[in-house]
Amino acid sequence: MSQVVETASPTADGATYDGLRLRGVTKSFGAFTAVRELDLDIPKGSFFALLGPSGCGKTTTLRMVAGLETPTSGSITLAGNDITYAKPYRRPVNTVFQNYALFPHLDIYENVAFGLKRRKVGDVEAKVRDMLSLVELDTQARKHPAQLSGGQQQRVALARALINQPEVLLLDEPLGALDLKLRRGMQIELKRIQTEVGLTFVHVTHDQEEAMTMADTVAVMNGGVIEQMGAPEELYENPHTTFVANFLGQSNLIEGLIKGRSADVVTVDMHGVDVSIPAERSHADGDRGWIGIRPEKVLIGDPGEQLDAPGNSIPGGVVTDVSFVGVSTQYLVRMPWGQELQVFQQNTGHRRLYRTGESVELSWRPEYAFLLDSSQDVAAGSDRDDD
Amino acid sequence: MTSTAGAAPPVPTAPADGADAALTHVPVEDGRRRGLTGYLLILPGLAWLLIFFVIPFYSLVATSLYDPSGSDLRGYDMTYHVQNYWTAIQEYWEPLLRSLWYGAIATALCLVLGYVLAYAIAFKAGRWKNLMLVLVIAPFFTSFLLRTLSWKLILADDGYVVDFLQTIHLLGEDGRLLATPVAVVAGLTYNFLPFMVLPLFASVDKIDHRLIEASSDLYANSFVGFWKVTWPLSLPGVVSGTLLTFIPAVGDYINQELLGSPNQRMIGSVIQSQFTNANNYPIAAALSMILMLLILVMVLFYVRKAGTEELL
Amino acid sequence: MRWLREHLVLILGILILIYTFVPIFIVVLMSFNDPASRNVYAFSSFTLDNWTNFCGPDGLCHSLWISIQIGIASTIIATILGTLAAFALVRWDFAFRSSTNLLIFLPMAAPEIVLGSSLLALFVSAGFSGSLGKGTILIAHIMFCLSFVVVTVRSRLAGMSDTLEQAAADLYATPRQTFWRVTFPLVFPGILGAALLSFSLSFDDFIITNLNAGTTTTFPMYVWGAAQRGVPMQVNVVGTMMFVISVLIVVGAELNHRRRVRALT
Repeated sequence: MSQVVETASPTADGATYDGLRLRGVTKSFGAFTAVRELDLDIPKGSFFALLGPSGCGKTTTLRMVAGLETPTSGSITLAGNDITYAKPYRRPVNTVFQNYALFPHLDIYENVAFGLKRRKVGDVEAKVRDMLSLVELDTQARKHPAQLSGGQQQRVALARALINQPEVLLLDEPLGALDLKLRRGMQIELKRIQTEVGLTFVHVTHDQEEAMTMADTVAVMNGGVIEQMGAPEELYENPHTTFVANFLGQSNLIEGLIKGRSADVVTVDMHGVDVSIPAERSHADGDRGWIGIRPEKVLIGDPGEQLDAPGNSIPGGVVTDVSFVGVSTQYLVRMPWGQELQVFQQNTGHRRLYRTGESVELSWRPEYAFLLDSSQDVAAGSDRDDD
Repeated sequence: MTSTAGAAPPVPTAPADGADAALTHVPVEDGRRRGLTGYLLILPGLAWLLIFFVIPFYSLVATSLYDPSGSDLRGYDMTYHVQNYWTAIQEYWEPLLRSLWYGAIATALCLVLGYVLAYAIAFKAGRWKNLMLVLVIAPFFTSFLLRTLSWKLILADDGYVVDFLQTIHLLGEDGRLLATPVAVVAGLTYNFLPFMVLPLFASVDKIDHRLIEASSDLYANSFVGFWKVTWPLSLPGVVSGTLLTFIPAVGDYINQELLGSPNQRMIGSVIQSQFTNANNYPIAAALSMILMLLILVMVLFYVRKAGTEELL
Repeated sequence: MRWLREHLVLILGILILIYTFVPIFIVVLMSFNDPASRNVYAFSSFTLDNWTNFCGPDGLCHSLWISIQIGIASTIIATILGTLAAFALVRWDFAFRSSTNLLIFLPMAAPEIVLGSSLLALFVSAGFSGSLGKGTILIAHIMFCLSFVVVTVRSRLAGMSDTLEQAAADLYATPRQTFWRVTFPLVFPGILGAALLSFSLSFDDFIITNLNAGTTTTFPMYVWGAAQRGVPMQVNVVGTMMFVISVLIVVGAELNHRRRVRALT
C-alpha cells in the first residue's frame, strides 16, 4: 500500500480506531443534501451492509469512502489515517462497481492484474492465478469481458478488487444484475470469501433480505441519515423507527394511547384493548404511539380460544383475505376499529386454515411487540412509499 | 452524417445514487469538470474555426460590397456598393432558381430511394445489416469526379441506357440524356444519396418493431401502419436527411458541368467562374451571400414547419 | 406471389445498392481500358498498360502527390485539433459551450461553394491573392475536416461510460495512467476513424480547393481539367485503388472487431 496516506491522526477521543470511521460526514449537491451528518463505525474484518431505498444516500456514502466523491464536511478515517480528501488511487480501498466496470479492451488476466501493476507489486502472475482460482475463473484468463456471462463478470470484478487486499472492500449493489438463483449463490460465496480472507466488506444494497443474510451489522439509511444500526436480528425484531419496521420485512402498526409507564413495561390502550410492551422495546415519547407487531408473530384462532397465554388477546377480527403462499398462509384480518392486520401462519399442518368471512381472535406475546413514536409516518419504508 | 446535439443537457442538481463525479476536488456540474484545461483544449480548434470559418463570412460580406470597378490586381474600393446584389440577381436569377429547383427534385428523389434503402436495411436486412450499411458508404470512397464521369459513360448517346429508353419510346429517336436536366438531376441524386440514407437509417433503426406489431394488432394494415407509425417516428431522420442533401446539392456544379449543358448553369458554376474567370469578385461574393441567405431562409421555414408537424 | 410481396422492400433496397455500385464497376472496368479513339467514354479493348504505365500522363502523378501531401498534413492537424476539442466538449464545461457546439456543426451543413467563396474572400482581403497555393488549400481542408473529426470523436467519447475511469482510479491509477491505459485505448478507434474520414474528405475535395488553389493542381483538379479533353485511363486506376484500399480498411476493421468479440462459450 505504498500510495496510502501515512500520517496517523488521532481521532476526537484520542485513541486510534482500527476500522473505518465516519464522523459528521455531509454531502450536498447544491441545494440537495444527499448525506447528512453521518456517523459510522465499521469494525475491522466485519461484513457491514448499508441498506436503504434508492436515493437514500448509501451509494454517495460509499463513493465518499472510495474517494470518488468528496464530503462537503466531516471526516473519514481508516485505521487511524485521515483519508477524507485523499485521491482514490491513494486509498487502500477498492470497489466492486454495480455494473462491474470491467475494462473492455483488456482481457480477464489484465483486468485482475490492473491494480497490482499500478502499485508495482511483484509476482503478479502467481497472485492473479491464485485469485482466479478463488473465484473459479482460471480457464477464462485470456478472454475479454464481453465474452463472459453476467455472473462471471461479477466474479472478475470481485477478483480485481480483492487481489489488492484492501483495508476495506466496497460493494455497490454488485448482485443487482444477476437472476435470483445466481444471486443466492453469490451471496453465500461472498460471505464465504469474506470469512476466509478476513477483510472488511462494506456492502451497499436496497435488498433487505440480502443485507440481513450476508452482514454482521446492518445500517438502515433513509434520506441521508442512518435510522438504525445493529445486527440483522436486532434491527428486525426491535426496530426503532417506522421506516425500519416497514423496510425490513413487514409490520402491523396500530395506533395506541399510552396509559402508563413503569420500569419494565409500557401499557397502551389499543382501541379498547390493553396491550403491554416491554420498556426496552418502547421508543415513543409523549402519550401516543404506534404499536408494532410482525405478521408472523400474530397468532390467529377461533373466538374465545386460549391461544398463547399470557398474551395480548384481541377479539373481533374478521378474515377478509386468504393467500396460500406454500410455506405459509397469509391472512388479512379486519379488526373492529377498521384496520386490516396482516397475519402470517406457517403451514405446519398443526392448525387449520381459515376462510374469508370467518370471525377470529388474534393474539401475540408482549415480548414481540414494539412501540414507535407517533410523530413518524406510519407508511415510511413500506412499498407504498415513493422514496 | 448526424445532426448532432451537444452532450447530455445539464441535470438538475439532485443526482440519484450513482451520480457521476469528478476525480478531483474541482466542483462539478452534471459530471463535467471546470477549469483552465477545458479552455486550453478547445482553444486551438475553436480559433481555427473562428479565423477560417467565421471571419471569412465577414470578408465575404465586405467583398460583396466592394465597388465592382476594381479588379483583382489593382485592388477594390470599399464603397458599400449594395447595388452589387441587385445586379447579381438581375443577371443570374435563372441559375439561382434552377439550382434550387434541381436541388429540390434531387432531394425528393433521394428521399424516396433513400427511405426504401434505409427501411430495408433497418427492418429487413437481419444479419446483413452491417454489411449493407458498409455497402451504402463504400462507393463513396472513390473520387466524386470519377463517379460522375462514369455516369457520363453510362448515359452516353450510344450507351445501353439511351438505347433501351429509345426502344421503349420514352426517348425520341434523337433523344439524349446527357446535356439535359435529367442527367444533372440523376447525377445529383446519385451523389448525395448517402447523405440522405445515413440519417434516415439512424432514425428508422431506432423505431421499436413492436410498435408496428401493436398497430397491426389494432387493425391497421401495412400502409396505415407505415403512415401512422413508422413515418412520423422517422421524421427527425427525414428532416436531417433532407437538409444534409438539399444544402450541398444546391451549391454543387460538378454534376451540371459534366453531365449537363452549358446553357443550363447552376449557381455554383456561376460563382466559380465569376471568381476565377471573370475576376468579378464583388458580384461573385454577392451571389454567394444570396445563395447562403436563400438556403438559410428555406431551412428555417422548413425546420419550423417540420418541427410543428412533429409536435402534432 | 406472397414471397414477392413480403420481400419487396428488401429487393428494392438491394436494387438501389446495386445502382450505387454501377459507376464503381465502370471505374474499375475503365482502368483496364485501352481507348481506341478519342472517345474515352466507351470501352474498346482490354489492357494492363494503364496499371503498369501509371504515371504516363503529364501532371497526373504530380497532382496525386500534392493531394496525398495535403491529405496527410490536413489529417494530422485536423485530427489533433479535433480530438482535443472533442474532449473539451464532452468532459469539460466552459463558457459558450453550446455556441461552440453549433459552430462546429455549421461547416458540415454549409454548401461548399459558399465555404470556398468566403475563404477566398478572406485570402484576398488579407492580401494573399497572389500566393494562393498549397498553404491556402491546406488551411481550407483543415477547416472543414475539423468538424467531422470533432463529431466522430465526440460520439465515441460520449458513448464511453466514465465509470471505467473511476474504476481505474479506484485501482490505483493516477490520472495520467488512467488516461493512457483506459481512456485513450477506448477512444482510439474513433480517432482513427476520424482520421481516415478526414483524409478521404481532403483527398476528394474539389469545389473548395478549386477556388483557393491558385496555380497548384490537386488530383481532383487534374481530373476536372482533363475531363474536357478526355481523362486518361490512369485516372481510373487511381479511382480503383482508392476504392480497393478503402474497402480493405473497412473489412479489416470489421474482421478485427469480430476477432475480439467471439460468441459466448
